[in-house]
Amino acid sequence: MSAADTTTPAKVPPARQAPPPPPAAKERARNGQRPGGAGAAVPWALLAPCLLVLVLVLGYPLARLVTLSFQEFGQSQLWGFLPAEFVGLGNFTEVLGDGEFWTVVLRTVVFAAGCVVFTMVAGMLIALLLQQVSGWVKILVNIALVASWGMPIIVATTVFKWLFDADYGILNALLSKLPGVEMIGHNWFASGPEGLAVIMLLVVWGAVPFVVITLSAGLTQVPKEMVEAARLDGAGAWGVFRYVTLPILKPVIVMLTTLSVIWDMGVFPQVFVMRNGHPEAEFQLLTTYSYDKAFVVNDYAQGSAIALLTVVLLLGVVAVYMRQMLKIGDVE
Amino acid sequence: MSSVSGMSSTGTAPAPARRKPHGRPRAGWNLLGLLVFLTAGFPVYWMLNTAFKPAADAIDPDPSLFPTGLTFSNFGRALDISDFWGPVGRSLTVSLAVVVVGMVVGVLAALAISRFAFRGRKVVIVGILAVQMVPLVAMIIPVFLLLNDLGQYDRLTGLIITYLTFILPFTVWTLRGFIVNIPKELEEAAMVDGCSRAGAFVRVVFPLLAPGMVATSVYAFIQAWNEYLYALMLMSQQNQTATVWLGNFTTKHGTEYAPMMAGSTMMAVPIVILFLFVQRKMAAGLTAGAVKG
Repeated sequence: MSAADTTTPAKVPPARQAPPPPPAAKERARNGQRPGGAGAAVPWALLAPCLLVLVLVLGYPLARLVTLSFQEFGQSQLWGFLPAEFVGLGNFTEVLGDGEFWTVVLRTVVFAAGCVVFTMVAGMLIALLLQQVSGWVKILVNIALVASWGMPIIVATTVFKWLFDADYGILNALLSKLPGVEMIGHNWFASGPEGLAVIMLLVVWGAVPFVVITLSAGLTQVPKEMVEAARLDGAGAWGVFRYVTLPILKPVIVMLTTLSVIWDMGVFPQVFVMRNGHPEAEFQLLTTYSYDKAFVVNDYAQGSAIALLTVVLLLGVVAVYMRQMLKIGDVE
Repeated sequence: MSSVSGMSSTGTAPAPARRKPHGRPRAGWNLLGLLVFLTAGFPVYWMLNTAFKPAADAIDPDPSLFPTGLTFSNFGRALDISDFWGPVGRSLTVSLAVVVVGMVVGVLAALAISRFAFRGRKVVIVGILAVQMVPLVAMIIPVFLLLNDLGQYDRLTGLIITYLTFILPFTVWTLRGFIVNIPKELEEAAMVDGCSRAGAFVRVVFPLLAPGMVATSVYAFIQAWNEYLYALMLMSQQNQTATVWLGNFTTKHGTEYAPMMAGSTMMAVPIVILFLFVQRKMAAGLTAGAVKG
């Protein structure tokens, strides 16, 4: 910063003799970068290792995912006893014609939507709350948030498993203290919806801190003058939020929401570990369903088809996210 | 710690101005804030509480909310149940390798897309963003088949290469954010003063980028360390990593929760501490552009 400050005054005030050298130097630099010149090789050379890794370990499997989903690929193909045969849309028709698949899709969408809505609403409320509380409360909340954000997912899942344990879990013990409630021995995972609600709580608990911290950073950028002006014009707390805060935060909110959708559609370890590696039919989400088809039933082709359908399902959300990110890329 | 207090200081700045005109009592808000603190912090507290209390107290049908004693026997038991240091060593090897390779490759790529204007730049940016969007779970089947074909199944190198695919795009994008925030004029000034382009980078940009690189490295390390699915799928039982070790934490006698919480504590505390140091920088780096836009 200080160096920038020293160069700016040199450029602006005095005679016209001083400025010319920098533009000339700049132009030389720019020329070097123009495509077609020798300079175009430099950025590509810098990118080469990165692109190489990505193409090799991501591009190739991605292509393989697509081809796999059009093939017959089971145990015998994996061991090389049989060649992988091309079956056209066979896997897709089979998957799409399966009623269970649609149940899983619906369950996944409801689950992810619930996670995203709760995460965003709770995140926004806590971020707004943090603006109102005293400094020491803010520090306490921040410590708790960062600790829960930093917890490895597996650890968090294990801890929640313990909190919700049927016999010795603290939650059942605490609930039983309420008059008229007898929860000891209540198995939260006996039914799918209830168990998934617990898993949703776990996901939201882990996701809220990122949202709060990002939104808090965004809130500090809301100009105080605008808030004051809105107040003078008679806006209440809700009016200020609706017409000043929200529009300013919109890009951040869009980004957080799309990211949350992508993350919450991809929830896997939480369900997998919660159900000890064998999620019951009532707990299957698209991710675990695809995993099950591939590695339990050993039908890798159908598993790939389901994975591919998940990606397609996400494309709309991803498009919004990409547009937002590219806007950022342009601003610089 | 410093990060948290730093954060609060930026946050409290606007507060006094707001307090004066309204003079609304804060006690209600503070109470609500404390409630959030208790709710958000409770799982962490309960993990620590269970880890340090005698194992017998952990299965008390009427558990006390407060510590009932201090013992380290649960940690000993956790270490006994199955090999702990082997998985930790493997996790460390993998995470460190991923960070080192990811940083070297990532800085070069981030420089290319943030400091050079060239044809195809936008395509590269879109590509790097797009690959971030592919759910990792969807890729597990072909990655498994690929590593199987390459003879890298159940090898640490296979796991390292796989992790690079999700660490790299993230690293490149985050570092790009940090580089963009370093004024170009600094470099240009150095070049006017006779530095070569590479010299300007090493002497001017690199020192300014270093804190961002440290934060990104730590974050990447945490990501690699926490990964579960690929570690589970691509490694066999005797080569498991730390997360899988914890995920499989059951014995013949069922789940022993107190040692399991001790194991969780051992896994979580170093990571949370690392995380404390970088979270502010990372949150800022990830969203710096978003607010401007």
